[in-house]
Amino acid sequence: MRRFKIMVYPYAVWAFVLIVIPMIMIALYAFTEKGNDVMTFKFTLENFMQFFEDAVFLNVMKRSLFIALITTVICIILGYPCAYIIAGITSEKNKLMMVLLITIPTWINMLVRTYAWLGILQDNGLFNTILQALGFHAIKIIHTDFAVVFGMVYNFIPFMILQIYTSLTKMDKSYIEAAEDLGANKVQSFLRITLPLSLPGIISGITLVFLPAASSFFIPKLLGGGQYVLIGNVIENQFLTAGNWNFGSAVSLIMAVVMLFLMWLTKKADRDPSAERGF
Amino acid sequence: MNENKVIKDKKKTGALGKAYVGLLLIFFYFPIIYTVVFSFNSSKSLSVFSGFSLRWYEKMLNDNSMINAIFYTVFVAVVATAVSTVVGTLTAIGLSGSSKVLKIAINQINNLPILNPDIVTAIGLLMFFSALTVKKGLLTLLLAHIMFCIPYVILSIMPKLRTLDPNLADAAMDLGCTPFQALIKVIVPEIMPGIMSGALIAFTMSFDDFVISYFVTGNGVNNISIMVYTMSKRINPSINALSTIIIAIITIGLLVANILPVIKEKKEKTK
Repeated sequence: MRRFKIMVYPYAVWAFVLIVIPMIMIALYAFTEKGNDVMTFKFTLENFMQFFEDAVFLNVMKRSLFIALITTVICIILGYPCAYIIAGITSEKNKLMMVLLITIPTWINMLVRTYAWLGILQDNGLFNTILQALGFHAIKIIHTDFAVVFGMVYNFIPFMILQIYTSLTKMDKSYIEAAEDLGANKVQSFLRITLPLSLPGIISGITLVFLPAASSFFIPKLLGGGQYVLIGNVIENQFLTAGNWNFGSAVSLIMAVVMLFLMWLTKKADRDPSAERGF
Repeated sequence: MNENKVIKDKKKTGALGKAYVGLLLIFFYFPIIYTVVFSFNSSKSLSVFSGFSLRWYEKMLNDNSMINAIFYTVFVAVVATAVSTVVGTLTAIGLSGSSKVLKIAINQINNLPILNPDIVTAIGLLMFFSALTVKKGLLTLLLAHIMFCIPYVILSIMPKLRTLDPNLADAAMDLGCTPFQALIKVIVPEIMPGIMSGALIAFTMSFDDFVISYFVTGNGVNNISIMVYTMSKRINPSINALSTIIIAIITIGLLVANILPVIKEKKEKTK
């Protein structure tokens, strides 16, 4: 296989140009003054000051993280039982069928599926029409926090389910048998064996839910309305409307650092040694 | 007596569990079914189905920007899949014979677009293209799609290469193959399942992409996602028709990808 190693170099160059350089440019823009040509750098921390001194931006950041956190918690609570039930299906064929059924929606355009909820949840949408037909009052759903969290849970929960499912199926079932032989009841063996061993799945599920939820910008825009602003919307606005790329780069750099830190914290919290053994 | 109770309990949780998973599946598929059903609605209403009609499809077909969006989406997805599959395959094979340092370096770089929020990748590319004063349009869209597809292709091929006998290529060449023949006739067929799943991932990633495309395209070159996003500000049921086309293409693609191996297996068994 040694002979083929030259085939790496074209891609190495390509990856450096199209992946690494753009990342460097974000950092460069974040630390330079507005209105510069790319060639004449005037370094400044102004963009970061602007973010941290303005309560508006800090609140947007807080709200983005809060919404993402709520979304992640709901995904774990609703997703875990589902993954557990599917992992417990005895027929191998049915099990794979269920996994496929959970996977298929994730392959269909997120925007299209989120747009569909817009039609369903609107003030005069399908849901409220049915409510009224049943004699209830219509409820305001669209353009609320609830709608945004709902849309995020809808879009991201399959990733949580699939991650937990994978860690559950990799688990050695003899541990549970051993625990039950030693007198543990169902609840005990679940809390002491199954749950800790599936923790790596929950952790990688968190990464797959929290990150996109915190940075999403079309879910809040579609379901939260034009006034609903999360950190992703700030970045979009800086780049496509306000035209302040330097500030936009600083905001995305702050976002990336906050996320990296949170992910590092989550991974650290997972002290379970099984994680290192690659369960 | 006691045992009976246990069995009963198990059945109970089984039924409850099935109901729960069933509810979740309804939750997952409801908006998809809703979109397809209401794309055939004869009125503009998004809540009352007043009868079957194809008027929204007609409207879509008469709308040049929608037709263009469908064309660009399919075109970009096909080209990006083809290029990223070929490049990704060659790179992955090359990587399996490379030094550890290069392997780690490439893997780390590939992780960037996979782990970064899409919006970060998107603005990086946007700034990169405008620094080079490349006009935003089909070319930038293609480059961006190829860029984010290749890492997934490499990722899905690497495990297959790891289980491959490292002496296989040498054996082929000892028996008189040129290196190129050894590559095409021996190694590629061995890792074909990985290449196929890589291509499938690349196609759906490209076909479904919104965030990166939204930032790097311009000059009226839009894909379906961007159309849906920009049109969503007003109620417009032809979006449902457009959405249904996306759903149909992806569903057919997935069914083919999942059913073909089963049919092949059955054929081989009957042989």
